[in-house]
Amino acid sequence: MNMKASFDDSVELAIIGAGPAGLAAAITAGELGVKATVFDEGSGPGGQIYRAIEDTGNRPERLALLGEDYAKGGDQVQRFRASGCRYLPGHGVFDIAPDGGLGVNGPDGARWIAARRVIIAPGAMERPVPLPGWTLPGVMGAGAAQTLLKSSGLVPSTPVVLAGSGPLVVLIARQLLAAGARIAAVLDTTPRANFMNAAPLLPSAYVAGNDLRKGLRWLREVKRSGTAWHKGVSRIRIEGDEAVEAISFSAGGRSQRIACRLVLLHEGVIPNVQLSMAAGIEHDFDDTQWCWRPRADAFGRTGVEPILVAGDGAGIGGADLAADAGHLAALAVAADLGRLAAGDLETRSRPILARMRAGRRVRRFLDCLYRPHQEVLAPPDDETMVCRCEEVTAGELRRVAAMGCPGPNQAKAFTRCGMGPCQGRMCGLTAAAVLASAGGRSMAEVGHLRIRPPVKPITVGELAGLAGVGEPPAGAPPMPTGPKDEEDA
Amino acid sequence: MFQRLCEPREPVSFDFEGEMVTAEAGDTVAAALLAHGVGHNRRAVVSGDRRAPHCLIGACFECLVEIDGRPNRQACLTTVRAGMRVRRQDGPAKVKNGGGE
Repeated sequence: MNMKASFDDSVELAIIGAGPAGLAAAITAGELGVKATVFDEGSGPGGQIYRAIEDTGNRPERLALLGEDYAKGGDQVQRFRASGCRYLPGHGVFDIAPDGGLGVNGPDGARWIAARRVIIAPGAMERPVPLPGWTLPGVMGAGAAQTLLKSSGLVPSTPVVLAGSGPLVVLIARQLLAAGARIAAVLDTTPRANFMNAAPLLPSAYVAGNDLRKGLRWLREVKRSGTAWHKGVSRIRIEGDEAVEAISFSAGGRSQRIACRLVLLHEGVIPNVQLSMAAGIEHDFDDTQWCWRPRADAFGRTGVEPILVAGDGAGIGGADLAADAGHLAALAVAADLGRLAAGDLETRSRPILARMRAGRRVRRFLDCLYRPHQEVLAPPDDETMVCRCEEVTAGELRRVAAMGCPGPNQAKAFTRCGMGPCQGRMCGLTAAAVLASAGGRSMAEVGHLRIRPPVKPITVGELAGLAGVGEPPAGAPPMPTGPKDEEDA
Repeated sequence: MFQRLCEPREPVSFDFEGEMVTAEAGDTVAAALLAHGVGHNRRAVVSGDRRAPHCLIGACFECLVEIDGRPNRQACLTTVRAGMRVRRQDGPAKVKNGGGE
């Protein structure tokens, strides 16, 4: 669907997202005289990792809980504010065209923006964790609980079960304990085989990574606090009628059950690829991080010329790598627009690229160690809800697979899986994995849902308010009066 | 299920299903409802099952509510305003004649 009519505004560089990558891109762009406009869905700069960092400055109680890795975002945000860019918080991008045209929706309505260059820096989201009962009230992402702590100072008032795998489980456990929450248990789902697979990567990661050493220290702290830590957990089921009442699981060959009202799930994070897919950029399936990622060079340049990608949205690397990627993308844009000589691009990017290579060694180790269990990727229980919006189960998907349904786009037509308001953000990967495992095919063969604009819901009224929409093309005869047609959306 | 580290310094009040809810200025609607102990904000479109905020970063659309007569608002991306009227969204959003805008 080409929704574009005519443009309301034009910008030199549009940066989508104000997390570590977007902030860094804006800082470097400002320094090199590239006029950047930053669109961000959030109400303040920092993205999810440094969320609410400007407000937290006068809330020392929160800053102390969240730790120094969060606090250092304050410095980035200050440099961003001083960069001279135009910053538009509360603005979501609902459409992106391969020529750099953007559909943007903000507090004052929707607009079309023409951009000479675009850096997509949409960051990551928590990997959906489909298992029986995960749609019950009282089941949230662990990152969601962290968001509540960062932005509103909310702390669980009931004992929490933290279930999953990944570095964030340790970090969040530590933050929740520091905030006075009680953790009924940590259910560690890291597959045992991962330790063997990751071991060969440990020496180089350990040398390269302060973060890794810090993570191990946190793990020891959480375990020393007396928190029950179950290893090798599988077959998790969340039970309850209208809300969570208990969680059951298997660990060490034994079935167990814990009564609780709040379950926090986490199986790592995945790139937000809605915009890069909608832009027509090629994507590759990453088998280790187990997600799609846009195909890009070291600077984030894609096969769609005016559009670059940076940060976790281009493949998970964490905040520091994302900031480096943001700087690189802005350097490439500046060179492209004639604000930076080729030699200077080379000189300025060399140390950044070297730093990123070291960071990636740590990441490869973490990716291997925390690669999710197969039952998280393609839920074995037929009753497990895959599409939360339209309520399509794994069993229903297996049924259409058996009928010969080859991929998620066909399954969407048969079952409505991926057709709800989240537009496949929560079910896309899982649906494809269920179909892939049912048909004995790879994720690359099965493919992903086709992402079409609008990638965020927009009202007919907002659409109708766009420049050029509803106006006849130049030279067209006047429209007859009568009942007004709605936009062909 | 959640409690605040400190009482709101800049309280903002809004209406949820006819009840007065006090939040902290800058809170999202989703955070304010969770802090107030609201157990669910919508019912699923097929089964009618209760649903509550899940991701809190705008990805999952579980926190959809009706705000000032407009359905399908993402509570986790909307900042509370004094006097706003928030309602649960039971099943699919209703299209009202001349309403919704």
